Amino acid sequence: MPFIEVNGKQIETDEDGFIVNLEDWNEDVALALAKTEQVEELTEDHWKVVNYLKDYYKEYGIAPMVRKVVKQTGFSLKEIYELFPTGPAKGACKIAGLPKPTGCV
Amino acid sequence: MTEKKRPLLDELKKGKWPSFVNEMEKSAAKKPVVNTLMDLVERSYEEKRVHWKHGGIVGVRGYGGGVIGRYCDLPEEYPDVAEFHTIRVNQPSGWFYTSDAIRTLCDVWEKHGSGLTNMHGATGDAILLGTTTDHLQDCFNDLSDNGFDLGGSGSNLRTPSACCGPARCEYACFDTLDLCHHLTNEYQDELHRPMWPYKFKIKISGCPNDCTSSIARADLSIIGTWRDNIQVNQEAVKEYVNNGFDVKEEVLAHCPCNCITFDEEKKELSIDDENCTRCMHCISAMPKALRVGKEKGATLLLGGKATIVQSAFLSWVIKPFIKLDKEDGYQELHDILERIWDWWDENAKVRERVGELIYRKGMGEFLKATGLEPVPQMVHHPRANPYFFWYPEDFAAEKEASEAGKEVAGSEVSE
Repeated sequence: MPFIEVNGKQIETDEDGFIVNLEDWNEDVALALAKTEQVEELTEDHWKVVNYLKDYYKEYGIAPMVRKVVKQTGFSLKEIYELFPTGPAKGACKIAGLPKPTGCV
Repeated sequence: MTEKKRPLLDELKKGKWPSFVNEMEKSAAKKPVVNTLMDLVERSYEEKRVHWKHGGIVGVRGYGGGVIGRYCDLPEEYPDVAEFHTIRVNQPSGWFYTSDAIRTLCDVWEKHGSGLTNMHGATGDAILLGTTTDHLQDCFNDLSDNGFDLGGSGSNLRTPSACCGPARCEYACFDTLDLCHHLTNEYQDELHRPMWPYKFKIKISGCPNDCTSSIARADLSIIGTWRDNIQVNQEAVKEYVNNGFDVKEEVLAHCPCNCITFDEEKKELSIDDENCTRCMHCISAMPKALRVGKEKGATLLLGGKATIVQSAFLSWVIKPFIKLDKEDGYQELHDILERIWDWWDENAKVRERVGELIYRKGMGEFLKATGLEPVPQMVHHPRANPYFFWYPEDFAAEKEASEAGKEVAGSEVSE
């Protein structure tokens, strides 16, 4: 199984680099995941999105729709792509430790 | 390594038609990965199950769509195709390429992927099949440097597509190619950055023959039409008849509206245009004698899709006639489209297509939200969909009006 290493600990991921066990998530893990998604540092704005995603997931067990993310965080979709160049679903959700969005493409 | 036998794939080479197996075998001479792929496909046929995992999320910088992650579920046995991602490339309007453009596309793909393509996918894109994650960004950069862009995937606007339109077809009621190009450029954000409950497809056909099959395959079908009369050239009708063409059998018998009559003595056709549904049969059967009308535009239909949450839907009319005006940048179409997206995005559940949302919420809700006028053309067939278009505020307004009327009447009496 693929993994990323954070503070000497190996954390299991899937082939797209999403962490497998949500319990493994912490802020250091988020930063390590961020680097794989072309985000070099996590600013306050990044955390605002990441925390929103995490909290939403905790409450509802799914990732919010993009329209919700835009409304609730106050960032436009363009700003979200500036923060997370690989997009909200791939970049931001991965950093927040959410499971991979699935479904038919 | 010894060549494995692939009897099931070999079966698919036996027909009189082109075979993807033949093409893949040719490609395998250049790209050994294709051999691995064929072994995997053979195994899938034997076991009657696919060996691709469901889903996968990969992409390129700044885009949320255009690349579809594909992973083999037997990566140890088939390491060459452990990652075999698909890239969708936005096709040109009407699928007109120069041979040079196709060569360029293929060269980029041989450099970065398996070399296998599917020209074209159901949505319209040129599909590049099979590459690895570490090639994606470089491949995208090379495509981009050569003037190509990615198409849509995921919950976004899918690559719009159009029939060949006025470039090759005299039936075209508007410039399908220009409209397709225009919508693609205008909605780059919607196309590359998924933000909706699910996908949204637009297909554009220049006339009711609907060569892009938009009515069955697009959420929004834009189909050319006219609102005056079919143009009849009686001299040409006579010529058809004199050449042995059986107008009664070939045309009248197939007219779904029975709105054509034929004078056998004079050899003249007359059409009751009021009752014509623009099916195109007569025009397609006698192209030299009949032409589409002069006042041209399009019909907008909404809601077509394949089976997912609900069964398959055909698009149905939401706007019987719209002028598609290049000069004003298709403003009316943009207005309608954006109101539809707004309502759908606000109200739909995850993976609910716009047609399904209308089905759930009702056509009345949809029309109210989008400000479209209810018109008889929206009715599938008599007694099929009885809409109610009264809302509490209508009654309140009516009451107010009648009370105001009483007061006026009353004041007259008191005087």
